[in-house]
Parts: sequence; C-alpha cells; structure tokens
Amino acid sequence: MQLGFLVDLHLCMGCKGCEIACKVENEVPLSTWRLRVKYVDVGTFPETKRTFTPLRCNHCENAPCERICPVSALHYLDNGIVNIDKERCIGCAGCVMACPYGAIYIDPQTQTADKCTYCAHRVASSMMPACVVACPVQANIFGDLEDPTSNISKYIQVNQGGVQVRKPEKGTNPHHYYVGGGNVTLNPLASHRVNGHSLFNNITTLPVGGDH
Amino acid sequence: MVHETLAATNAVVTLDVALPGIVWPWLVTVNMWAKSIGTGIIFVLFMLLRMHPESAKSLRLPSAVAAFVFINIFLLFTLADLHQPFRMWHIFVYPHWNSAIAVGSFMASAFLGLLILLAFLAFKKNNELFDKVLLWTAILAIPVTLYTAALMSQATARELWQMPAESAQMILAALLSGSAFMLLLGGNKLSDEAKNTLGVVLGLSALMAFIIYMSEYIFGPMKAEEIAATIDYIKGDGPYTVMFWLGQWMTYILPMLFVVLSRVGKSDAILKLAAILALVGLAIVKHVWLMIPQLLPMS
Repeated sequence: MQLGFLVDLHLCMGCKGCEIACKVENEVPLSTWRLRVKYVDVGTFPETKRTFTPLRCNHCENAPCERICPVSALHYLDNGIVNIDKERCIGCAGCVMACPYGAIYIDPQTQTADKCTYCAHRVASSMMPACVVACPVQANIFGDLEDPTSNISKYIQVNQGGVQVRKPEKGTNPHHYYVGGGNVTLNPLASHRVNGHSLFNNITTLPVGGDH
Repeated sequence: MVHETLAATNAVVTLDVALPGIVWPWLVTVNMWAKSIGTGIIFVLFMLLRMHPESAKSLRLPSAVAAFVFINIFLLFTLADLHQPFRMWHIFVYPHWNSAIAVGSFMASAFLGLLILLAFLAFKKNNELFDKVLLWTAILAIPVTLYTAALMSQATARELWQMPAESAQMILAALLSGSAFMLLLGGNKLSDEAKNTLGVVLGLSALMAFIIYMSEYIFGPMKAEEIAATIDYIKGDGPYTVMFWLGQWMTYILPMLFVVLSRVGKSDAILKLAAILALVGLAIVKHVWLMIPQLLPMS
C-alpha cells in the first residue's frame, strides 16, 4: 500500500475548511499549521485572478526529513506515510531545515517537530483524513496509489498530462499531487510576499516556537 | 525585473500564514566557529610538531587544553540549540545512521575522548605516546570538521549549501582558524620559520576560501533559481550585504594582505593582527552563510 494525496486546484475555492478541520482534529497550536491554503493574486487590476493552493506535507518517497533525523523520530509507516514520534524527537530542527516544502514546524507546546501525518491515526481506523471529509467540493482526493481502482489512481490516469508535484528537481518523489497547478501556485519563488499585503494580518514571519 | 510589470505574471501572496523565521540561530554559528578552531588546533599542532619540533614542543599541553575547551564550546552550543536538550541521549540510544547529525555526534564524542587523553599525556610529559595519539586525533579531526558540511547538505531545502563547496570551506576554516589561534598561542615561543609556516597556512587558506565564496557569489545564481534568490540577500541593499562583505574583508582579504606585509616587514604585530581578524571574521562569515538560505520562503 502506498497512500497518496491529490488536490484538484480547479475545484478548490479557498474556503479553508480543510485548514480548520486539520487544526481541530490534530489540536494544532496557535501560530502553527499542518495544512494551510495560500492565496496568490495574479495579474494587474482589473485583470486579476485569485489562486488557492492547499499546502501540507508531501510524504515523499525519498524524504529529506527522514534522512536527516538523527533519532528516527521521523519514519516511514508501511502504508507510505511519513510519520513522527514526538516522544523521541530531540528538537534539533534538522527536519525543518531539510524539508523543501516548509511543511514541518516546531510545536511551541511540546518543543518537538510536527507536521501533517495524513491523519495516520484516522487512517489506522479506516477513516479518511479530516481535511478530506471537510472539503465541500471533494478537491482533496486520498487513497492507495498502488491500487489501480482507487479514486486517486483513476484521477491520475485521467489527468496524466496535468498532474504535477512541487519542486520535482529536489528528487524527493512526493506522494502528493496537484491537478490544475502552475508555476505561481506550486513555486514559492514565482510570487512576491509583500509586508502588510495580506488580507487579514500584517505578519509575514514569526519566530520559531522555541525557548531560544 | 521586467516580468513583474507584465500583468499576466505579476503574482502577489495575498493571504497566507506567517512563515517561520530563522530556525537555526546564532547558536549554530558559534557551534561551527568553535568546532573549526578546536579541530584546526589539532591539524596545525600536528603539522608544527613535524616541521618545527623545537618550536612546538612546549605547545603540546596548551594546544590540547585549548582544543578541548573549543570542542566543549561546540558541544555546549549544539546542546543549547536543541529544543529538547534533555533528550540528547536519544542520539546514542536510537541512532539513525543515515543522519549526519547522528554520525557526527558519535565522532565528536570520540574526538573529545582523544583530546582528554592528549591533555593527560601532555600533563604527564609522555611526548612519545602523545605524538602517536595526536596522529589518530588529527585523522579523526578530518571527519569531525567535515560532518557539518554533510549535515548542511542533508538540509535539502537550502540549495546554497552544496557538499563539495561546504566540505572545502569547513577544512579551510579549520586550517585558517587553527593557524591563527596557534600564532596567538605560540607567541614568542615560535621561531621565525614556524611563524612563516603558520602565516603561509593562514594566507593560503584565506585565499582559497575567498575564491570559493566569490565563485559561489558570482556563478551560483547561474545554476539554480533558489541560489539566485538566496544570493540576493547579500547583494545590493540586501539585509546581509554589509555583514557579508565585512566578513570577507576581515576573514580573508585583510589577513592575506597582513600576512604578506608582516613577512616583508618582519613584523609579528601585523601577523597577530591578521590572526585576530581571521578568528573574529570567521564567525561573521559563517553566520551570514547560515542565515541567508533561511530567509527564503519554502512554500
């Protein structure tokens, strides 16, 4: 079994329901996120378009976080999920530095690394991840990539030319795919982050949750 | 840039969470700086004992103690940087051998053990055994100083830190700081020939490290988009431009000039000034190179 995710960006409308569901399900502390939806506005007024991109751990086949972790706190499960053992983590933040997708954070409460686990605890009970359940338009498609009859496999087959991953040049082989993405949605260097130019807050960076 | 003025490609993030700031702070800078000096002292002591034994014979004990102190500073700051420092022992109980951090922890611990043994042997004036142990300590100092380069290269997200360049920089930093420290530690005990040798090591390692930094500065942006974006932080009005050039002048350019001047003018004071500048500047250079890749948004 190789679990994977696919997000159809044609369907996503940026409601952030997945974000909230993830926060509640996993009790993600304030100022940190396992899953978030980024808005990028493209064009110049009045010819503008808004894009929405849900961003979470990519559960890479060749995960840099797993490789750099000195105590195997980050490890692969048999179903392909890259999981984290917070009791073993020493908080060196090597994984935060290694992840090319910015998907790992230091939990300010436990002082350990944390990230999306594809809701491994729910999957173990044969339930879908919380974000999949919450999505009102079924933009999140989750399933077994090795099963040709699974929804995700069928989706990939139908959209073959349009399936993309983030930063393929890193050689991480993500098990997280996007349909309908482009340079602006998948490449963080293709858009500007302007201080004070966010819709609901003026903060662009926060100190890493830590004691130093 | 021109493409930003095109309506079709003008893209601005209008809603996102606040991104994490600096993850590896100045504590890691001190870690790398102290390790360079600690391992560099051993490299240079080993070289001096073979090339200038009369000058170096009285440096066995002070060098071993100094290396011990700097390696302890390195280990202390490594520990202080952990968010869960009291779980450090997990590395030795649950080691992950693919991780440079785990491998480096074991090597650094063994290195520390050898330094304690060296200090003990020097105190007992057992020079013959000291020199034998020093050989193995110098050999172990190579991977100990290199493992940080491996660790930085395992940080896949930070494209600037490439293994070949970082490895060379780590070795050169050890030679530069080791020779600078020994010039100050040896003082008048060193013969003119020994000072010449240390000056050559200091000057050449400064020259080679400077060439690598300039190569990365000029040619790095031609290789990858992320490197170009990272180098922008030390170009023009970038937030680390001043610190970057201050570091390059203090660590490499001025020490190179001062080494030449001191040998032409037979001035030990100028040579010591070069050594002090190199030691202080190295911390600045390391800090800039550590910080700038962390400023890039990853997602």
